[in-house]
This record gives sequence, structure tokens and C-alpha cells, in this order.
Amino acid sequence: MGVLEAVVNKNTGKVKNNRSSDKVMEIVMYVFAVMFLVVLIYPLYFIIIASFSDPSAVANGQVWMFPKGFTLDGYQELLRHENIWIGYRNTILYTAVGTAIGLIVNISAAYALSRKDLVGRKFLSLFFIFTMFFSGGLIPTFLTVRDFHLYDTFLVMVLPFSVIVYDIIVARTFFQSSIPGDLWEAAQIDGCGNLRYFVQVVLPLSKAIIAVLGLWIAVGYWNSYFNALIYLKNPNLYPLQLILRNILITNQMQSGMGTGEAAQIALRLANLMRYSVIIVATVPILCLYPFVQKYFNQGVMIGAVKE
Amino acid sequence: MRSGQFAPGRTFGQIRRNWGLYVLLLPAVVLTLLFAYKPMYGVIIAFKDYSPASGITGSPWAGFKYFEKFFHSYQFSATIKNTLVISVYSLVTFPIPIILALMVNQMRANRFRRFFQTVSYMPHFISTVVMVGLMMILFSPSTGLVGSLYHLFGGEAPDLMGSAGLFSSVYVWSDVWQHVGWDSIIYIAALSAVDPSLYEAATVDGASRWHKVRYIDIPMLMPTAITLLILRVGGLLGVGFEKVYLMQNDLNITSSEILSTYVYKIGLLSSQYSFSAAINLFNTVINFVLLIMVNQISKKFSENSLW
Repeated sequence: MGVLEAVVNKNTGKVKNNRSSDKVMEIVMYVFAVMFLVVLIYPLYFIIIASFSDPSAVANGQVWMFPKGFTLDGYQELLRHENIWIGYRNTILYTAVGTAIGLIVNISAAYALSRKDLVGRKFLSLFFIFTMFFSGGLIPTFLTVRDFHLYDTFLVMVLPFSVIVYDIIVARTFFQSSIPGDLWEAAQIDGCGNLRYFVQVVLPLSKAIIAVLGLWIAVGYWNSYFNALIYLKNPNLYPLQLILRNILITNQMQSGMGTGEAAQIALRLANLMRYSVIIVATVPILCLYPFVQKYFNQGVMIGAVKE
Repeated sequence: MRSGQFAPGRTFGQIRRNWGLYVLLLPAVVLTLLFAYKPMYGVIIAFKDYSPASGITGSPWAGFKYFEKFFHSYQFSATIKNTLVISVYSLVTFPIPIILALMVNQMRANRFRRFFQTVSYMPHFISTVVMVGLMMILFSPSTGLVGSLYHLFGGEAPDLMGSAGLFSSVYVWSDVWQHVGWDSIIYIAALSAVDPSLYEAATVDGASRWHKVRYIDIPMLMPTAITLLILRVGGLLGVGFEKVYLMQNDLNITSSEILSTYVYKIGLLSSQYSFSAAINLFNTVINFVLLIMVNQISKKFSENSLW
């Protein structure tokens, strides 16, 4: 019976199936997908409209679909907070330098490990992979960093933890599957050394993996606060996330406020600023993302391939 | 040459010829030695009465004193229980990205599919600090979105962020919200590798769409799913520090104090280095043993294993 119901569409050559159970499944699926999208998007949308709304309207639950009592006070308040801009500057620096270091260190190691004629390849891979499952832990790592006089320096934010084994594995798999071995043979005959071959032949062919890892590493730096929390003392070195933590979570803005009407206004502004600070902190990284999005599936797919 | 592989002359020749590859590996190897392996050596302070003045080697041995101290402390069972509750609870949500991937794979409308994927990845790029800040704003019973929703239906909102009983649920489901789209990419990639002729054959045999999901898609995802599951179980006691620490407050502390936050407080906030290192080591060893066990079990009952 089923065979009769399977209809081959003559125009496209595609096999189509017109069972009613399939229709039901389709409808259920799309209803579910739309509900899922609403749950995902609405909180983000709410933050955006709330950041432009009168804070008391937000607090009274009057803001649902559109901003109410449009205002830019939250953003103006933000401009007055100097440490946010210091944090911004630091985060941009950490992200730029950290991503550059991370790409150089991980991509070159991954390429070397991808070469079948590398003597000691198995051992070297294990050398890295072991650190994924076993580590010294917080205190021994902290003591090591301190012994190297990296505590409370710019360098501690971009150098010590730039080796990311997972990224090395993904990139290694990429090189193995998409850089043909014959290319190296040919280059070798022409008298090209490994380093020149890597820079002039391999890297130009590897834009996809560079984009994927670059994004992963950059997002990691942009969003990290743990290392700053542990290894930084000087507020002038604080990255944005640490300052956000003070504003959003530990609520350190309200210090030094009196009582009375002025304090009320200050408190309302502080609440409003929490919405705008979320927007200002998140938008840059979201702007980066459409440009590299097409590489996501590719990157993950590469990483999923087993050796 | 009969034992070509072990001819020392050839091996050294090959190393010399490929010296460039070792140059590429050098930065990653040095950084890993200094910041991953050196701290592993530092783990021995867990067995010593470490004092910064006499250093790691100079400090006197303490045997298992600090381990016993931890086992006998009242925090022992509480932190382990909290850690386990959160991670086992997270394990329950493991199939959700798989379901999402199956759904995306069924979507025929290409535009909608792309939009759906783009939106579902987005929350992944929000930093942990902003995420927790977002939760605090939205979940506020007096001024937040959840509060407003309850008021709309005439109820009184629960204090989601300040409740010990709800801590694990809030933690786990907010994590699902943030990462489900991203986590599904790997399964979507696996599904895109399915041979289309399998579906065509199934259609000819009269399979409905549900049958295809059940008998083609799900079995195709099993190897990937099991590999990821092994890794998850191996990290059962490894619930991350970042988000839990940010979500902690006096009201939920009884169920939010986990091993990693405890290690941080004992070690860095109250400077009991050896005690903290001992707790950390205990945690790492259990994780390591779990990983090996789960891998062995999986090897025995299915064809999947990490090594």
C-alpha cells in the first residue's frame, strides 16, 4: 500500500510522500519550532526595548512589545562610567592580541601534528590530549603563574592559556582531510622547506579553519572573566566582563548614595543602565558573527570527523 | 631494509629534514610544559604543608592530612551532593540538542531553516556574566519579566535566583536555553552526512517521515551521541566554576556550593593552598577514573570509545 502512496514528482525527480501522518508531523514540528524561536528571541528583544524605556514602566510590567516612554538616559548614564570604557579598551586589546597568539600557536602546532612523516607524532598528540583530562588545578596553576611574575600583568591575559587542545585537534583534522599530501611532495622537489611551505601554501588554503578558530578564540577572550578574576588586581587592567560583573551582579554602583529623591532617581538610572550595558557589551561580538557564520557547520563537521 | 621503521639513521634523517615542523610545534609545546605540566607537578602541595616562603620542594610533607580534613569536614557531603545533583540533572537534558537537530533536519523550507539556525546559535555568544545578569533582571519577582508575567495572571512570582530548592533547575534550564542551538550543530553535521539513497530506498518501501527519523536518522546519530556522552560522564564532577559562582548568593548557597567554587574560596580567598589543592586533586582523580570506566563500559557494549 505504501508504495502506491509514494509519488515521484516528475518535474524535480524528487520522491515525495503524501501520507497524512507526515502532514501532521510537519505541522507539529513547525508549531514547535516557532514556539522555540519565541522563547529564544523574546528575552533578548525585551532587553532591547527595556533599555529604551522609562524604567518605572518596565518595573510595572507595561513594556511588552514596544518601548514605553522612550528615553536614552540609560545609554547616557553609561557614557559617564569611565571604567566601562577602560574595560572596553582592555577587552579589545586582550581579544586582538590573544586571538593572534592563539591562532599562531594552535594552527602551527596542528599543522605539524597533521603530517604523517612527523617523527614522534603519536607521543606529541598524547602530550597535548592528556592535558584535556588532567590538570594541576587552580592553586598549583596560580602558583606557577605567580612564580613566573605574570600575576597582574597584561601578558597573563593573553599568553599562558593560549594552547587550546580541542582547537588543535579540529585544525589537525582539517589539515589531514583537505591539504593533499602530494602538494608537499611537489614543493619539496622544488626545494621548498617546511616553514616556507606552511606560510605560502598551507595557510592560504586554510582560510576556513582560520576563520572558525579565530572566531572561537575571539569569543572566548571577549567573554572570559575567570582569568581576570584570579590573576588581576589592578583595576586599570580589568576587562569589560569583570566590570560588567560589578555592575550587573554585585551591584556596586549604588555605593555612596544617600536617601531621598535624588537617590531614587539614581537607583532608577542604575537599573536602566543594566539593560543598556548588556546591549553595549554583547552587540560587538554579535556583529562579528554573520561574517563567519557560514563556516560554523563546516568547522564543527571537520572537528567531528574521527581520525 | 627489513626493519625500516626502527632504523635510527633514517629516523634522525627524517627529523633533521623536517626540523621546520618542530619549530612550528615549539610554542605550543613550551606553553603546555610551563602552564599545564608544571602545575601538575605542583599538585604535590596537596600532600605537603605548603608555605610560600619555603616553596614546593622545601615545604614539609603532610601525607593525607588535607584529604582527611576534607573528608571529615561538613562541607564534604554537601559540595559533592550539590555538584552531582547539578551534573546529573544536566545529563538528563543531553538528548535535547539531538531532538533539535532531528527537527532542523526535517525542515524543508530553506529560508526558515537558516533563520531558525541563526537564531538558535545566538545566545551561545552571550558571555556568562551577561547571561547571569540577564537572568537576575528577567527573574526578578518585583521588576522582572517573570514577575510581570505572574502579575498578569494574578499570581505571585517565585524568587528564582534566591531559592536553594530551585537553584539546579534554574542553572540547568538556562544552560539549555543558551547552548541548545550550538550543541545541536554537531548532530546536524552528522545528519548531513547521511547517504540520500537511504531515504529514497525507505520512501520506496513506504516509510513515513517518522519511520525515517526512527530507523535512519537516530541510528546515524548514535556514535556521535555516545562519544559526547562519555565525555560528559567523564566530567560529572567537573561542573564549571564561572556560572555557578556568579549565580551564588546567601539565599541559595546551601545548594549552590559546589566543588569548584569551594576550591576557589578555600584556596584563593582564604589562602589555604594545600587544602584547596587536595580537594581539587580529589575532584580531578574521580573525574579521570569515571572517564576511564565509562570508556571501558562503552567499549564493551558498543563499538564506540574515545581510545
